[in-house]
Amino acid sequence: MNEDQGQVCQRCQQKPAQVHFSKVVNGEKSERYLCEDCAREEGAFHFMLGPQFTVQHVLGGLIGQAGMPANRATVDTRACPDCGYTYREFAESGRLGCDRCYQAFRSELNPLILRLHGRVEHRGKLPSRGAKHLKAQRELDRLRQEMAEAVKREDFEEAAKIRDHIRTLTGGEAHESGI
Amino acid sequence: MNPGFSQWMSGGGPEGDIVLSSRIRLARNLSGMPFPHRMKDEEGRAMLSTVEDAVAELEPGWNIQFKRLDSLAPLERQLLMEKHLVSPMLIQNPIRYEGVALDDRESISIMVNEEDHLRVQVLLPGLQLDEAWQVANRLDDTLEQHLDFAYDENSGYLTAWPTNLGTGLRASVMLHLPALVMTRQAPQVFTTLAQVGIVVRGLYGEGSEALGNIFQISNQVSLGLTEDELVHNLTVVAQQIVGRERNARQHLMEQAQLPLADRVGRAWGILTNARVMTSDEALRLLSDVKLGVDLGLIKGPLPYTFSQLTVMTRPAFLQVDAERELAPGERDQIRAATLRTHLLGKD
Repeated sequence: MNEDQGQVCQRCQQKPAQVHFSKVVNGEKSERYLCEDCAREEGAFHFMLGPQFTVQHVLGGLIGQAGMPANRATVDTRACPDCGYTYREFAESGRLGCDRCYQAFRSELNPLILRLHGRVEHRGKLPSRGAKHLKAQRELDRLRQEMAEAVKREDFEEAAKIRDHIRTLTGGEAHESGI
Repeated sequence: MNPGFSQWMSGGGPEGDIVLSSRIRLARNLSGMPFPHRMKDEEGRAMLSTVEDAVAELEPGWNIQFKRLDSLAPLERQLLMEKHLVSPMLIQNPIRYEGVALDDRESISIMVNEEDHLRVQVLLPGLQLDEAWQVANRLDDTLEQHLDFAYDENSGYLTAWPTNLGTGLRASVMLHLPALVMTRQAPQVFTTLAQVGIVVRGLYGEGSEALGNIFQISNQVSLGLTEDELVHNLTVVAQQIVGRERNARQHLMEQAQLPLADRVGRAWGILTNARVMTSDEALRLLSDVKLGVDLGLIKGPLPYTFSQLTVMTRPAFLQVDAERELAPGERDQIRAATLRTHLLGKD
């Protein structure tokens, strides 16, 4: 850089500055003109190594490994039916295109999720709308079980009562009951 | 505009001398919409309106106001980042359809269209992760009445990065650890943390440097544990680190009180007399002075908390306070003047 010529090192104020070192941290730019010795002492070269190596940077690599590299060609052409995000885009960036991508790439995602979190089953909270749905599902399962038991012991009156209850809950169907 | 302080900077709370703040962040997305990095402009704008409407539906008690980032000046956006109310990522140019909702105490922040559609954040002073989680959980319950969050019964909340899948929860605490750094124990402590799934970062999150001996630790795993377990685990780890820091401080006081007193005294001298000061130098010296006050080597308390001082010397805060843009050289002079007057309580 031409304007560097003849500039003295800002640190030792003696040797000529040979390293122009500019750093932008959160939008604030700071500039230093240093001689090589001072630059080394200040660890200025450290910043030339580029951005930090984080989990997200290596995600793409992990996907190739965790997925099915042997079958790459066929997998590569797949895309999420909802948002059109391709498997290749996912494998390269490590992130998904939309919530439905989780379903579309499930078989490749599961080993990756296991590697990242050590588990695949969520145990935390769910939206209460979802929780309500789950609760209703569990209630239905329980009623169907009771109905099957009633049929088994030939208590058809009780079974019919439970069937009607199931119908009101599901809005019509009382499937796989055989009644 | 007055740049102002947030509640989390008040310096109080449990272990408030070492734990500067606690933060809970929940990643949430709306179902059937592309994640922000894949949005078309009209989808991004629609998302902003949807969240704005949902925030307007919150009970008045939350005192949360919604702002579109394009309605703010670049300096105001940077100020939000310096106050840790938004991430550096959210304010990165170009600003397209990002938004943020803040409560009046600046303890709650909802980022819109960052990496996920919503990132709900609660920040409190000191070690109060569980308290922050309780608030975030209640706000999440309320928001969910108006927004259709994407989730899967087996995988939990669905997020743009699989690293946030499940709870979408990231708990983090900001720690001031000068004695662990001085006694060269910090690298070993952080290596150990990495082995138990705890991530260590600098002051402004991912990729930033640990300026002023301030470190952020957070959970890596978000799936397979309950929110309470994640919060509890990080709280316990933070308490252990605080214990190590206290031991290191005691050790320094017993073994090296003179050089330590000399160091913090020099920091005080420079901070209260310098005429030109970069923000990196300010953070480094403020860290020493803070340690000096904590250990009784400098007579306290200071007129402002350490958190307030670190934020008020950041570039955007200085410029918003001065009500104009300042060239970097001029900024360094005003920073030095600000520190002189505020440390000596002369404003």
